[in-house]
Amino acid sequence: MKKIHKSTFFIVVAFIALFTVSAVTGFDYFYGDKNTTVVKGVDDIRLGIDIQGGVDVTFAPADGYDATDKQLDAATETIKTRLGSLGINDNEIYSDYKSDRIIVRFPWQAGESEYDAGAAVKELGEMAELTFRKGTDSETDAEGNVIPTGELVLSGADIASASYTQQPDKNGDLEWVVTLKLSQDNSEGKSGSQKFAEATAELAGTGTPISIWMDNTMISYPSVNDAITDGTAVITGNFTSETAKKLADQINSGALPFKMETTSFKTISATMGEGSLDAIILAAFIAFALIAVYMVILYRLPGFVAVIAIIGQIAGTLAAVTGWFGFMPGSTLTIPGIAGIILSVGMGVDANIITGERIKEELRSGKSLDSAIRVAYKRAFSAILDGNITNVIIAIILMGAFGVPSSFFSKILNSTVFRMFGATTEGVVYSFGFTLLVGVVCNFVFGVFASRLMVTALSKFKSFQNRKLYGGDVK
Amino acid sequence: MSTNKKKTTASAAPAVTGKIYDFCSKKKLILIVAVCVVIALLAGIFIRGVKLAIEFKGGTMLTYSYSGDIDTNQLKSTAEEVVNVPVNIRTGESLDNSGHQVTLSFTSEEGLNADRQFELNEVLNENFPDNQLELFDSSDVSPASGREFLLKCLVAMIVAAILIILYIAIRFKKIGGWSAGVCSIFALCHDLAAALAASIIFGFEFNANIVAVILTILGYSINNTIVIYDRIRENRTLYPKASLNELINMGCSQSLKRSIRTSITTIGTMITVSIVVLVSGYTSLLSFSVPLIFGLVSGTYSSIFVAPVTWSWWKGRKPAQDDKKK
Repeated sequence: MKKIHKSTFFIVVAFIALFTVSAVTGFDYFYGDKNTTVVKGVDDIRLGIDIQGGVDVTFAPADGYDATDKQLDAATETIKTRLGSLGINDNEIYSDYKSDRIIVRFPWQAGESEYDAGAAVKELGEMAELTFRKGTDSETDAEGNVIPTGELVLSGADIASASYTQQPDKNGDLEWVVTLKLSQDNSEGKSGSQKFAEATAELAGTGTPISIWMDNTMISYPSVNDAITDGTAVITGNFTSETAKKLADQINSGALPFKMETTSFKTISATMGEGSLDAIILAAFIAFALIAVYMVILYRLPGFVAVIAIIGQIAGTLAAVTGWFGFMPGSTLTIPGIAGIILSVGMGVDANIITGERIKEELRSGKSLDSAIRVAYKRAFSAILDGNITNVIIAIILMGAFGVPSSFFSKILNSTVFRMFGATTEGVVYSFGFTLLVGVVCNFVFGVFASRLMVTALSKFKSFQNRKLYGGDVK
Repeated sequence: MSTNKKKTTASAAPAVTGKIYDFCSKKKLILIVAVCVVIALLAGIFIRGVKLAIEFKGGTMLTYSYSGDIDTNQLKSTAEEVVNVPVNIRTGESLDNSGHQVTLSFTSEEGLNADRQFELNEVLNENFPDNQLELFDSSDVSPASGREFLLKCLVAMIVAAILIILYIAIRFKKIGGWSAGVCSIFALCHDLAAALAASIIFGFEFNANIVAVILTILGYSINNTIVIYDRIRENRTLYPKASLNELINMGCSQSLKRSIRTSITTIGTMITVSIVVLVSGYTSLLSFSVPLIFGLVSGTYSSIFVAPVTWSWWKGRKPAQDDKKK
């Protein structure tokens, strides 16, 4: 290992301190009366419905439509997937077959500005039926709604999946588009690819465009130059990355089998009781203080370093939950999510205890301080590695099995044994997997790497070379 | 004979420091405890029954509008007397007409019939005359996360278990990984049974919290077992001539201090949580912290006793069978 200087300790501590402060307080500024959040802090954590409460919306089929139980199930599934696409992993959905309604509850804090619950509810209830039609004909009904009348080419059922990407437009500038993979399955009549190939062959060169509709809104009407036989279709239409993502998500989650309306919309208090968060935070502080005292008494100097490392680990996990790291989105914090943090911090403490015990053991076997520390970290690592990797396995499986279908881990897992299940998103389990995975990664960064740097650097100080400080016997 | 062995290894490897306890001879104790845990679990299921929460079983949700301040704890106990199952109370405010609303949800078989609903209305109005409770809405709901969710959890855990056995088999090849992996999963089942038994015996509802408990124990138990296995693996290199039982006894003894010390922090944390929620009155969190304490205690015990000792028993049987065949 490269030489570690005394100053390393201060660099590592400064880094952890800076990181912790920025992760906890975040960074926002007021410009006029507009509050801009640059870095998200603990206050910006989206809390789950079990801790903080949220909104309760009741949907029912519009215009007295009598839905079958099967349709209601399909609608429930679609809403669940849409909630996942909106980043609302934590939700409760109940369906009532007797009176044909769906009750949806999801977390929302009163006064939350960045996130508009009303807009989310509207989006959830949208029918979102995608159709491809010949020509752009439409008629306006008595209530002023525009209804497409062109001959149907494709509907939502003909589409296998949708994604959003960038591609160059006519001028060579990049524009956002939604790419559709059409179904190849022709067990029930013609497949989506076949229908599209036939329609494009018919319309090629005639000047009649194909219009693309989302419910009663025409998104675009490209003209057809050649027959398209490769089973893909591209939708252009002045998209931004957000609108392209939204459309792709809507297509992927499928259309509702009927139009829905909101029959009641209210706030609802937390499952665990209002104010339970204060109790949890209080318990966390007491427990942390006890662990800190315990570690310092048992392991002295390495124990003190362990406390710094654990602070870093907790800050790292919270930062991931808030979305501090730009490259990955945050998550909703629920009771199972907190359980994931407790488990990973427990493993962080464990890693430090294993190492602390090892340092003592190596010192007692007569090694010099330098080599005792070096050997202890080396030998403790294999245990920490194997224990943590098994937890990574668990976390990835849970995130894949219960995450949003379009997420990375889900795509891998849904092609295996989980195929037999619908792509159900369960926020509570996902939340656990998320905090556990992040916590374990932070454990490697802080509990192993940073703690080794700190202890090694401290041992270079003359005043810290007393073997008693590391729990060894005086030589 | 064993003294001889130690002498020969002493020259090549460092002397073993600290006391070595004989864990491998405790087979009976382990069997008795395991049987006790299973009996406690079964007795709990048969005597107290598993109370599935509304999200797993479905039930009734009644929303009342009210005025003034309402004592939700008293409302809960009053309603529970009528319906005889745990009732979850959640207050809210309508976003359409800004009135106060309170939702009572509880599990029910085939919904709540009209008579019972009428009775509940009467009792509530009698007990809360100042709040002008008025039935706003009632729904009989099917489970939010039903059987399929539980089944998927189970499949996810089985897949995780298989991958963990595979991982242990590869990483601990030197000491015969397959059997070690299977024994670690056996210890895990022991811990899950302990936590579930505690949850049922204390009469907690089977809700999302218990799912969190199960997942936490899954990670904790495996980690604990692996730390011990790691020590056995290391000892194998240091003392190549020692028998498996000697290695296990040595590994468990060396890890004993660490096991107890780590457990003090985790169990201490959950005891702190339990005390704080008891004092502050958010007792619904107890259905998380209490079963977890039992699972953690079992996890500590099973990593030192159940996993290594069943493994020693498994490995010890094989040569005996081979001998018989000869």
